[in-house]
Amino acid sequence: MPYSGSEEIVKELRRSLCNPNVQADRLRCRNVVLRVIRYMSQGLDVSGLFMEMVKAGATLDIVQKKLVYLYMCTYAALKPNLALLAINTLRKDCTDPNPMVRGLALRSMCSFRMPGISEYIQQPVLNGLRDKASYVRRAAVLGCAKMQTLQGDTEIDGAVVNELYAMLRDPDPIVMVNCLRALEEILKHEGGVVINKPIAHHLLNRMKDLDHWGQSEVLAYLVRYKTRTEDEVFTILNVLDGFLKSSQPNVVMATTKLFLLLSEDFPHVQIDILERVKGPLLAICTSECHELCFLGLCHAREILRSSPGHFSGHYKKFFCMYSEPNYIKYQKMEILRELVNDENVQQILEELQTYCTDVSVELAQMAILNIGRIARTYSERCLVILKGLLGLKQEHITSAVIQTFHDLVWLCPQCTANVCQALPGCEENIQDSEGKQALIWLLGMHGEQVPNAPYILEEFVDSVKMETSAAVKMELITAMVRLFLSRPAECQDVLGRLLYYVIEEELDMAVRDRGLLYYRLLQQGIEEVKRVVCGPKSDPSLDVISGQANEAVSAWSKGFNTLIPIYGREQWDRLTAQKGDSLEILQGSAVKANEIDTKPEQREEMSRDSGSVSLLTSAHLSPEQFEERWTLLEAAKVVTVDWHKDSCPDAIQTAFQFVHIQLVAISRAGVQPWKAYLFAKNETGSLFLIELLTVKGKRDMQITVKQANSNEQLLNNFIAIVKSVIQTLGETKG
Amino acid sequence: MRTEEGLKTEIFVDVIERLTVVIGANGSLMRADVQGEVRMKCFLPSSTEIRMGLNEEFSIGKADIRGYAAAVKVDECSFHQSVNLDEFESDRILRVVPPQGELTVMQYSLSDDLPVSLPFRLFPTVDKDTDSNRLMVYLKLRCDLSPKSQALNVTVHLPVPKGTTSLSQELSSPDQRAELDSVTRSVHWTIPRFHGGSQLSALFKLEVPGLSASSLLELGPVCMQFELPMSTCSGLQVRFLRVSSTHPPLPHRWVRYVTHSDSYVIRL
Repeated sequence: MPYSGSEEIVKELRRSLCNPNVQADRLRCRNVVLRVIRYMSQGLDVSGLFMEMVKAGATLDIVQKKLVYLYMCTYAALKPNLALLAINTLRKDCTDPNPMVRGLALRSMCSFRMPGISEYIQQPVLNGLRDKASYVRRAAVLGCAKMQTLQGDTEIDGAVVNELYAMLRDPDPIVMVNCLRALEEILKHEGGVVINKPIAHHLLNRMKDLDHWGQSEVLAYLVRYKTRTEDEVFTILNVLDGFLKSSQPNVVMATTKLFLLLSEDFPHVQIDILERVKGPLLAICTSECHELCFLGLCHAREILRSSPGHFSGHYKKFFCMYSEPNYIKYQKMEILRELVNDENVQQILEELQTYCTDVSVELAQMAILNIGRIARTYSERCLVILKGLLGLKQEHITSAVIQTFHDLVWLCPQCTANVCQALPGCEENIQDSEGKQALIWLLGMHGEQVPNAPYILEEFVDSVKMETSAAVKMELITAMVRLFLSRPAECQDVLGRLLYYVIEEELDMAVRDRGLLYYRLLQQGIEEVKRVVCGPKSDPSLDVISGQANEAVSAWSKGFNTLIPIYGREQWDRLTAQKGDSLEILQGSAVKANEIDTKPEQREEMSRDSGSVSLLTSAHLSPEQFEERWTLLEAAKVVTVDWHKDSCPDAIQTAFQFVHIQLVAISRAGVQPWKAYLFAKNETGSLFLIELLTVKGKRDMQITVKQANSNEQLLNNFIAIVKSVIQTLGETKG
Repeated sequence: MRTEEGLKTEIFVDVIERLTVVIGANGSLMRADVQGEVRMKCFLPSSTEIRMGLNEEFSIGKADIRGYAAAVKVDECSFHQSVNLDEFESDRILRVVPPQGELTVMQYSLSDDLPVSLPFRLFPTVDKDTDSNRLMVYLKLRCDLSPKSQALNVTVHLPVPKGTTSLSQELSSPDQRAELDSVTRSVHWTIPRFHGGSQLSALFKLEVPGLSASSLLELGPVCMQFELPMSTCSGLQVRFLRVSSTHPPLPHRWVRYVTHSDSYVIRL
C-alpha cells in the first residue's frame, strides 16, 4: 500500500544498519532491526535492505537472528538472488553448537518459498533428522514435508519416508506427532500415513505424554487403524477410556468419534459411549465461547438423530440465554423441539412462547414454527398458544402463525376446525407473500368451515392488480376455484372477475396460463372440475415419513468431529469438490510453468478471448469437407504477423486446440513453403477456415481466414484470437 | 529473556463464576446455573509445585446424600490433565506444577440448588392508561447480597412495546442513568454500584401510541448484567495456597473471586 515518505525511511534505516557504531552496540543494532520489522509489518516495502539485513544476521544475539530470519522469509520469494547469499549464513548456523540456533536456522531455511532452494536445504534437513536436540529434530521432520512440496510432482523419496516412519519411535512426543503430520502431507496422494498394528500400539502407549493438541490429532489418525479381533477393540477402548472425560473439548470429541467407529459392530457399546459422553458434551454446549457452543449443539443434533430422547432430562440446559447470538438460539430451539416428551412439554412450550415475542423478527418466527412442529404431537396445547399469539396483531407473528397452521392442517386434520375458528381477522395483519399464500390456501381448502371466507377472498381479488407476487396470484386462483365448488352462490361473481382479469390483463404468463387452464376446465362442467381440483385435504401419513425414524449411529459417526455437522453433508461435499479442483489447478500450473511452451497467464488470456466468440469444443469437419468449403468460399481477410522461428507442429496444434480451433492438416517442420489448415465452428453455426503460410526468407506468417456466414464483428474477434495465439507461440521458447 | 530482568514472582488464583438465572412471572425460580473455573496465573521463576486447598466440605455429584454439611456442592467437576489428585479424595487438596502463564486448573458446574440466595429480586408494577396511551412501569429492585458486599456495573434491560416513542423517568439517585434505545427497543437502566441489602426503585413512563392489551405482552423479560466482586454463588473457597519453593524471595500469592452474570432473566 502507498506509504508516503517510504524512500526516506528506507534510506535512514540503511544508514543506521551500515553505521559501525550501531553495529558495535548490540542493543542499538537490535533496535534498528526491530524497527525494520515493524515497518515491514505495517506494509512498507523494506525489501531494499536485504543485503544489510543479511549482514546483520551474522550475529551472536539470538533475538536479532530471529528477527532477521523473519525478514528473510518474508522477502525471499521477491528477491531470490539475494536470498541465495543468505543461504551460506543459514547453512553455517545449522551446524552451530546452540540447538536453538540450529533449529531456528533450519526452520527459516525451509520456509523460504523460492525456486531452487531444495538443493540447499536437503543436506541440512537430513542432518537435522539425526540431531541430538529434540528442537532441531522437530523442525527437520517438518522440513522433510516442505522439501517434498517444493519438489512438486516428482517421485517421493523412499528413504526419507522410511526414516520418518522410524522416527515415530523418537523419545520426544512432539517429534512423533510431527512425523505423523509430515508423513500425512508427503503421502497425500497415496492416502496419507499408514497406521498398522505396531504403530497403532506405539501411539496408544504414548498418548499420555502428549499435550491435548497432539492427543486429538493422534486420535484422528487412529481412526484409520483397522482392528482385527474383538479383544483388540475392547483393549483400545479400555486404554483410551480416560480421555473420554478429558477437560479439553477437542480430546473428548476425538475420543468419542474413535470409540463410535471402533464399536460399529456393537450397538450397545455405542449407546453406552453416548451416555457417558453426555456430561462433557453438555459442558461444551453451555460453554461461554460461542463458536464452541455452536459446534457442540450441531453435534448434539447428530446424536439426536439416533436417540431422540438422549438429552430429555437436561432440557433446561438448552434454554436460550438472552445475550446469545441468533444462530445459537436457532440451534437450541431445534434441539428443544426434538427433546419434547410428556413430562417436559409444558415447560418447553412456555419457554418457546416467551421467545415468540422477541425483538428479533427471525427469532420470533422460528420460535413459532418450532411450536408448530411440536403441535403435530401435542396439538391442543400448541393451538391455544398459537391462537393467543394471533391476538397480538403483529405482522410477522401473524404471518408465521398462519404458515404454521398451513402445515399443521395438512398433517393433522383433526385440528382443522380449531384452526378455522381463528382465521377471520388475520387478513388485516398479513403483508408478506408467504403469509398471504398460506392464508389463501387455508381459505380455499377449508373455506366451508369459515363463515366469511368468500368475502375475505373477495378483498384479495379486488386488490389483485396491485399484487406483485405471482405465487400469491396463482394460489388465489386455485383457492377461488375450490371455494366455488363448495359455495358457488357466493363465489361465482368474484371468480368471474378474477378469471377475467387474469386472462385479459395479467402480464405474467404462468399466472395467465393457470387462469386459462381453470377457465377451460370450468367449461367442461362442474363434475370434471370436482374430479380434477378436489384432492385429499390432508395427508397424515406424510408426518410419519417426514418424522424420521431413528437412524443408526454409523450413518453420521464418520462425520463426527469434522465440519460436516455444521454444513450438512450435501453442502460439505460441494464445498470440498470445488476446493479440491482449485488446489490441483494451482499446483499443476505452478509446476508445469517451466515445462510447457505457453505460460499460464497467456493461456488464460487465450481462453478468455476464445470465450467471446464461443467456439464449440467438439466441432468436426473431415478433410474432404474442409477442401470443398475452402474452394467455395472467398477469403474474408488476410493478415500478416511476425514469425521468426521454425514452426513446431505439435506446439501449434496444442496451442490452437486450447482455444478450440481444430487442426485439419499441417506440413512437417522445415518443409518450404510451410502451411497449416485449421477450422473452428461457432455456437451459432458459423464456420471459420484458416490457412497459415510461411515462406522461407520472409520473416512473417500469413494468415488467411474464410468465414461461412459473413459476420464482420465475429470475424474480427476470431482473427484477434488467432493472432494472439500465433504471437504467444512466437514469444515463448520453441 | 524475560526472567533476566527479574520479574516479581507472583501467583494469582482466580475463581470466576458465571451465573445463568431465569425467574418466572410469578417469582418462582425456573432455572439457575452456575459455571465456574479456577484459573491460575503463574509468574514464578522455576517450576515449583503448588498446593491448593479447597473447602473441606466440598462435594461433587448429585448422588451424595444431603447431610448436615455439604455446604459447598457441585454437580460436575473436571481438572486439568496436569493436576495431581492424590490428596483430593481425603483432604480436598490439589497439587499442580503450573507452567508460566495461565492455566485453567479446574472447571465445575452446578445447577438448580444454589446454596446462596439469588443476588437480585425484581418487583414490577405495570399500569396501563389507555386514554393517554401511556404505560407506567414501576420497578423495585432489591439486592439480596450480604450488606458487606456490593454489585458493580449493574444494567437492567427492559424491552418495551414496538411503537414506544418516548420515555420519562424518575430515578432514586443521580449516578444512575436510564435511556430508551430504539435499536434494541428497550430501556437501559444503569446503576454503577449497588450495595447488598439495599433497594432501588425507578418509575418509567412510556408513550405508546396505539396502546392495546397485547402491548403488555411485549413488555419483555427483564435482563440484567452485573458483576459481583469478591463473592461466589457456589460457596467455593480456596483455603490455602502453598508454594513449595525454598529460596527467597517468597512469591506473592493472590486469590480473587468474582461472579459475572451470563444471563439473568426475570420475566414480567
